[in-house]
Amino acid sequence: MADQQEILSGLAEIVNEETGLDPAEVQMDKSFTDDLDIDSLSMMTIVVNAEEKFGVRIPDDEVKNLTTVGDAVTYIQNNQG
Amino acid sequence: MTVTPKGLAGELRTPPVAHARISGIGGYRPRRVVPNAELVDRIDSSDEWIRERSGIIERRFAGEGESVIDMSEFATTPALEMAGITADQLDAVIVATVSWPYQTPAAAPMLAERLGSKAAAFDISAACAGYCHGIALAGDMVRAGTAQHVLVVGVERLSDFTSLDDRGTAFIFADGAGAAVVSRSETPGIGPTVWGSDGAQWPAISQTESWIDVHEKNLGWPHIGMAGQTVFRWAVWGMAPVAQQALDAAGVTADQLDAFVPHQANVRIIDAMAKKLDLPADLPIARDIAYTGNTSAASVPLAMERMIRHGEIPRGGLALQIGFGAGLSFAAQVVVIP
Repeated sequence: MADQQEILSGLAEIVNEETGLDPAEVQMDKSFTDDLDIDSLSMMTIVVNAEEKFGVRIPDDEVKNLTTVGDAVTYIQNNQG
Repeated sequence: MTVTPKGLAGELRTPPVAHARISGIGGYRPRRVVPNAELVDRIDSSDEWIRERSGIIERRFAGEGESVIDMSEFATTPALEMAGITADQLDAVIVATVSWPYQTPAAAPMLAERLGSKAAAFDISAACAGYCHGIALAGDMVRAGTAQHVLVVGVERLSDFTSLDDRGTAFIFADGAGAAVVSRSETPGIGPTVWGSDGAQWPAISQTESWIDVHEKNLGWPHIGMAGQTVFRWAVWGMAPVAQQALDAAGVTADQLDAFVPHQANVRIIDAMAKKLDLPADLPIARDIAYTGNTSAASVPLAMERMIRHGEIPRGGLALQIGFGAGLSFAAQVVVIP
C-alpha cells in the first residue's frame, strides 16, 4: 500500500507524462483545472493511468469530485486494493 | 401426432462461398463550411479551446433541404464509378444512419429508388459504428452468395439533432455521407469483423428524450447528448484492444498495415488509441475530423476516401478500420483499400 507521499509523487509522474508539467508543480492544494490547466480528457487519461498504477477503481461519476490533487491522493489512499 | 420431415434438408441448394472486397468508395461533404468561430459564442468557448479538445478546425453542415438521401446519392455516384458497376447491378442497399428523420420507412429504399435500383434495401442503427457493421453484413452477404454487389452508405445530418448550446457536442457533430460498394472477389478483401456492444453504457451517448416523451410532455425538439469523459475512457481503453483483436483475427500485424482509419470521434481519442496500439510512427492515420467534424456513420468512409484521393494510402494495401459509438456499439475489421 502506497502512502500519501508515494501516491503524490506517482501521480505527479503521471501528470508529467500526460501534460509535460514539472512534477514539482503537482502539489496537494493545486486544482487540476484552475492551477494545472488540465482539461477533462487529459484528466480521464490521468485517472486511468492512476488506476493502473495504484490498483484502484475510480468510477466516472467520482472523477468530477476530484477537484484538487489532494482530492485524488486521498481517494486513491482510501480505495487502494 | 408426430410430424416427420421429408428428409430433403441436405438437398438444399446454396451458392458456393466466395470472397468479398470493397470495390469502390466515395464521399460527399456538404458545401457549407462552418468554422469554429461560428459556434463559439453560444457555448462560451474559443477556436483554440475547440481545437485543443477535439482537433476540429471546421466542419460541414448540410444546406437547407439537402437531405440524407441527397447526400447518400452524391457519395454513391463516385463509389459505383470506382467499382465499375451501375446501380441496377446492386443486390442490396444498406444505409447506416441515426439522423434519418422518419421512424419508418427506412432511408435505404428511397435511396435505391433514387439510384434506379430495386435491390433489397434496409437501414441499420449502430450510430458511429454503423458503417463498419454495414461492411460486416455486406461482406458476409457477398461471401455467402446472397449478393454480388452491396452498397453500404454511412450518412448523417447530425446538425438536425445537435444543440448548438450544448458545450459537450455543439462543436463535435457534423453532416456528410460516405459510400462503399462491396463486391464478389477472387481474393479475400474484408477480414473477420470483431464487434460487440455494452448496453450498460446505453445512456453515455443518447437522444435526450424518447419521441413519446417529446410528444406527450411537450418537450421540444430533442438532441443527441454525450458523456464525454465516459466515452473517452471507453473509446481509448476499451476500443484499442478491439482494434488489436481485428488485426489478430485477420492474421495481420501493425507493421503490415498501410492505414489506420478509426471513427473520427475526436482527435484526442484517435491519438490516444494509436498510442495504446503502439502503431508504427510512419503509419498513415486518418485525421479527417479536422475539416469534417464527427459525422458518425459517415466518418470512416469519408476519412478513407480522402486518404485515397490525396494519395496518402496505397490502393490494394491493408487498412484497419474501427467504428464505435452510441449503444455503446463497436465493429472493427481489416480491409483491402479499394
